[in-house]
Amino acid sequence: MIYFAKWKIAFILIVCALGLAYAAPNFAGRDSVSKMPAWLPNKQVSLGLDLQGGSHLLLQVETGAVIQEQLEAVMDGIRAEMRSERIRYRDLGVLPGAEENEGHGVSVTINDLAEFEQARNAIRDLEPQAQISSDAGTGVIALTFSETEINARRLAALSQSIEIIRRRIDETGVREPTIQAQGGQRILVQLPGVDDPERIKQLLGTTAKMTFHLVDVRNSRAEALAGRVPPGSRLMPSADEQNPDGSPLMYLIEKRVMISGENLVDAQPTFDSQSAQPVVSFRFDSRGAKKFGDVTTENVGRPFAIVLDGKVISAPVIREPILGGNGQISGGFTVQGAQDLALLLRAGALPAPLTILEERTVGPGLGKDSIEAGKFASVIGLIAVVVFMALAYRRFGLMADVALAMNIFLILAALSVLQATLTLPGIAGIVLTIGMAVDANVLVFERIREEVRAGRTPISAIDAGYSRALKTIVDANVTTLIAAVLLYLFGSGPVRGFAVTLAIGIVTSLFTAIMLTRLMVVTWLRRAKPKELKV
Amino acid sequence: MAFSFVPADISIRFLPRKLLFFVFSTMLFLASVGLFLVHGLNYGIDFKGGILIEVKTDGPADIESMRSQLDALGLGDVQLQEFGEPDDVLIRIQKQEGGDDEQQGAVEAVKSTLGDTVVEYRRTEFVGPTVSQELLIDGVTAVLLAMGAILLYIWFRFEWQFGVGAVIALIHDVVATIGAFSLLGLEFNLSTVAAILTIAGYSINDTVVVYDRVRENLRKFKKMPLEELLDNSINQTLSRTVMTSVTTLLALIALFVLGGPVIHDFAFAMIFGVVIGTYSSICLAVPLLVHLSIDRNRSAEEETAESGA
Repeated sequence: MIYFAKWKIAFILIVCALGLAYAAPNFAGRDSVSKMPAWLPNKQVSLGLDLQGGSHLLLQVETGAVIQEQLEAVMDGIRAEMRSERIRYRDLGVLPGAEENEGHGVSVTINDLAEFEQARNAIRDLEPQAQISSDAGTGVIALTFSETEINARRLAALSQSIEIIRRRIDETGVREPTIQAQGGQRILVQLPGVDDPERIKQLLGTTAKMTFHLVDVRNSRAEALAGRVPPGSRLMPSADEQNPDGSPLMYLIEKRVMISGENLVDAQPTFDSQSAQPVVSFRFDSRGAKKFGDVTTENVGRPFAIVLDGKVISAPVIREPILGGNGQISGGFTVQGAQDLALLLRAGALPAPLTILEERTVGPGLGKDSIEAGKFASVIGLIAVVVFMALAYRRFGLMADVALAMNIFLILAALSVLQATLTLPGIAGIVLTIGMAVDANVLVFERIREEVRAGRTPISAIDAGYSRALKTIVDANVTTLIAAVLLYLFGSGPVRGFAVTLAIGIVTSLFTAIMLTRLMVVTWLRRAKPKELKV
Repeated sequence: MAFSFVPADISIRFLPRKLLFFVFSTMLFLASVGLFLVHGLNYGIDFKGGILIEVKTDGPADIESMRSQLDALGLGDVQLQEFGEPDDVLIRIQKQEGGDDEQQGAVEAVKSTLGDTVVEYRRTEFVGPTVSQELLIDGVTAVLLAMGAILLYIWFRFEWQFGVGAVIALIHDVVATIGAFSLLGLEFNLSTVAAILTIAGYSINDTVVVYDRVRENLRKFKKMPLEELLDNSINQTLSRTVMTSVTTLLALIALFVLGGPVIHDFAFAMIFGVVIGTYSSICLAVPLLVHLSIDRNRSAEEETAESGA
């Protein structure tokens, strides 16, 4: 244990030099680091949101709703097909799937078995991805989606949601957001520097599905309110208008979607030229413009409802055909409200509603205080341990102290290079490592003491001390490493940061104790050739 | 002057007092389990869901008036607590009835109610019922798996008697820490689980060092009575045990005192764990070996086989 091959010495020194080089950027300011040449190590430890301040949101995409919606569309398709083919049917409904509130197919029963083949052919073409199964004896026809297909659709909804969320957040001007899928239904959003995420939460909480419908003027609204809603129409609440009793005003509108928000290409907040009220102006793509032109031409004089997420924003009367594909929505907006709506329309609709499952927001003040307190605690803890080791083991203690300092540089370097996130519990992990890192040295030194007392010469005592303690050191550290790895696998957020620094700390402290301190001890032993050893 | 807390020729007889240790540890264990069952744990929002808001107020906080303002919102159990400084208040709100959306509404209600009294929202945490369930399950799984993995490792490296002894000591430490949290009503959250896992690692670390020496001595001194051999092993490693505990405690105390209020309970758990872990390695893990019928002949055979090779 007291002989080092040349390459080993070189290796140890190189690791230490690299450690210092890669830890160095953390001691420079952010600005000076960005000015450094690119070939120099220039990565700093990335701070977790709990240290730099920011907002962490865990969102759930209600993918079940997407599937449900698609099944409803299939049912609408079946209704339309049957109507045009003049086939009578019954029991049209969703087939329940494996999960609660989620179907995986649609089934319908044909009344007249003579029309069965005709119905089957009409239905088959509706959904090419679905499997069709039918029973000519009972007249039942079922369209079902395979598990793979359902999963593919869920996944599509998830990635589409991520895309829309990214667009919406980018529009708000938040810098460097992290938006990533977590599992099959969840999205993790991290917003550095955001200490009041209320507006963003509101933006994300809106699906922003916009559709244009004609208001049903042929049927009586009073009849519908009394419970006799005519088929093809439905009652929909107003977004801001109220009845005298405070309940939202209800509109009777036609179910049929004339134009949908998908055809929008732009939306901007602006002010109405006459009323000076905040409004949102929008522009359709060529298909949307054509439809919009057709509808407005055919329905001059009728109210036309603009519906957002199931609420009527406004229902202006069409005064003249609108042919250019431009329009504006006025709905008693505030300036902020108009801005937000324009933003939502530009970014597009979410395929499914989002629910916020978890939020952790740290203001910049607390983050700064935490870093300060963490730094202070680390430095004081470090000084205490350094002094204690020097007192306890004198020369050897000082060598262990040098190794301990090196250890901290190595941890910082590893965190910078791996771009692992440093969190508040992570700082606690570093402080804990400072305390525990000397353990390996203590084990060796105590062993050397014993060997000296047993009458060995300095060289032999040191040799025996290292080789006997080594096995213990490895056993003892592997157990802590096991705990750290499990903590990483099962922990979340800040706790993971703790596991990372703890694991890195174990590895670096093993290196510094077994390699670096030993090199120092051995070098000293060679130079000084002590007759007796005082440890 | 080099020093050591423990004189080189120290010889404390631990084993003759083992009954005392066993009784003490059993009582500690039972008391902890009892506290856990009867008194329960003060779960943080990580595990029970709910809302936590830390605010800085304009001048020293008038907690009473804030409390009455928030009580008026009818959000159920609302706790306010001064946190570190007189103008720093921690607000805890119980999980709201309903789903995840209702929780969000409560956050907004609190923010608009407090209005100008608050100059800074230091932290807003909200954990919905879905996630808190999962976090609890994950936390418990992590602790159980860690214990299982450590048991396997010790079993692999030593003989099974050592594995059993180490894990009994480990469970003892984890349960006692949970008991301390229950007794003191400290918040039990994700960081606490991290602390417990680290305690598990530290406790085992300590035990392994002593066990290593026991194994070495078993091979060296085949005729020595077991109890004497165990006592010698403890004493030979006592200096190291104390030194490492002291350095670790020095760092942890720095963290406890200076690390800020957020990390306070975490540091406390760790300090408690280091103390109890050191105790259990010496006074529980080693004396237990007497009752775990170590096969001394087998150790001897291995020794012959190794020296013969």
